[in-house]
Amino acid sequence: MDHPTLLEKLNALLPGKVLGSTDRFGSLEVAVDRKALAEVVGTLRNDQDLAFDMLIDLVSIDLSLYPGWTGDRFAVNVLLKSLPKNHRLQLKATAPEDDPSFPSLAGLYANADWLEREAWDQMGLKFTGHPNLKRILNHHEFVGHPLRKDYPITRRQWLSANESLMDEMDVRLKTKGYR
Amino acid sequence: MGVAHENFPAMTTRRDAVVAWGRKNSLWPLPFGTACCAIEFMGAVSSVFDISRFGAELVRFSPRQSDLLLVAGTVTFKQAPILRQIWEQMCEPKWVISMGVCASAGGFYNNYCTVQGIDQVIPVDVYISGCPPRPEAILDAVMKLQDKIDRPGAHPGPQFKVPEPKFNY
Repeated sequence: MDHPTLLEKLNALLPGKVLGSTDRFGSLEVAVDRKALAEVVGTLRNDQDLAFDMLIDLVSIDLSLYPGWTGDRFAVNVLLKSLPKNHRLQLKATAPEDDPSFPSLAGLYANADWLEREAWDQMGLKFTGHPNLKRILNHHEFVGHPLRKDYPITRRQWLSANESLMDEMDVRLKTKGYR
Repeated sequence: MGVAHENFPAMTTRRDAVVAWGRKNSLWPLPFGTACCAIEFMGAVSSVFDISRFGAELVRFSPRQSDLLLVAGTVTFKQAPILRQIWEQMCEPKWVISMGVCASAGGFYNNYCTVQGIDQVIPVDVYISGCPPRPEAILDAVMKLQDKIDRPGAHPGPQFKVPEPKFNY
């Protein structure tokens, strides 16, 4: 499906949800409201003609130092791909600094679980409805979110004790019937 | 090492010299490999460069069985308590080689997550420069360490940069 057809289909399928679109560098980028992000992605995944069955990546952006930008501070780019139809789509949603929250996609795509944990760890974006939103790369005693533009890049924080990780292990033991 | 007698099949020496001779020629390394330096260490162990010429070929993966901790690679703050715990599990006497620029000084990872040199976590005997070091540099470090074991007064002691970081296992 080429990009004009895709955009037409999106407007027909989700009336009023598409806030704007750009088609550049061979990629169609569609702006959506952050409150409707999970609903939009769910519709795109379940539709027969679109069939976006794969979440390529979920990218968090701090726009506070972006030249010429006056809008919300944080943004999330959701990169989707359809394996049967062979087309791609970027969804972009922004959130203000005082409430950097997005609806979680973990119920729609399994890999969204860790991608959203990374976005929370490095950028401090909250994903409502996530099953286990905790740090994934930095240690659990880390204070702050290092990829935010106002974090000093050489501020280092010692870890005093290892994390037990039993909270994740317990879930797996339960699903395997050992607990 | 000692004095040989002309007509008698024996020689006199000091006990600590014999012990040091045994220790320096049977170093059992524990590779704490966290990055590409560990791949380079495989080259130093295998037959082309052959670290067994210096008696250090018996690579053990248990800190209880080894006396040379070879830290090869980047150590993050998340990894630092693990490194400290492994070093504490090793029996005395023990030595530490810091292999490569990441382990020695953080390398080009001048950022929020990388320890700027493992001598902030454990004492280090010999540093190896390079990214990654050549196998010859590893052999040179082993020879330097052998000399240090043989003549402890001739070399500086283990380097430890900061007051000990507090770890609570």
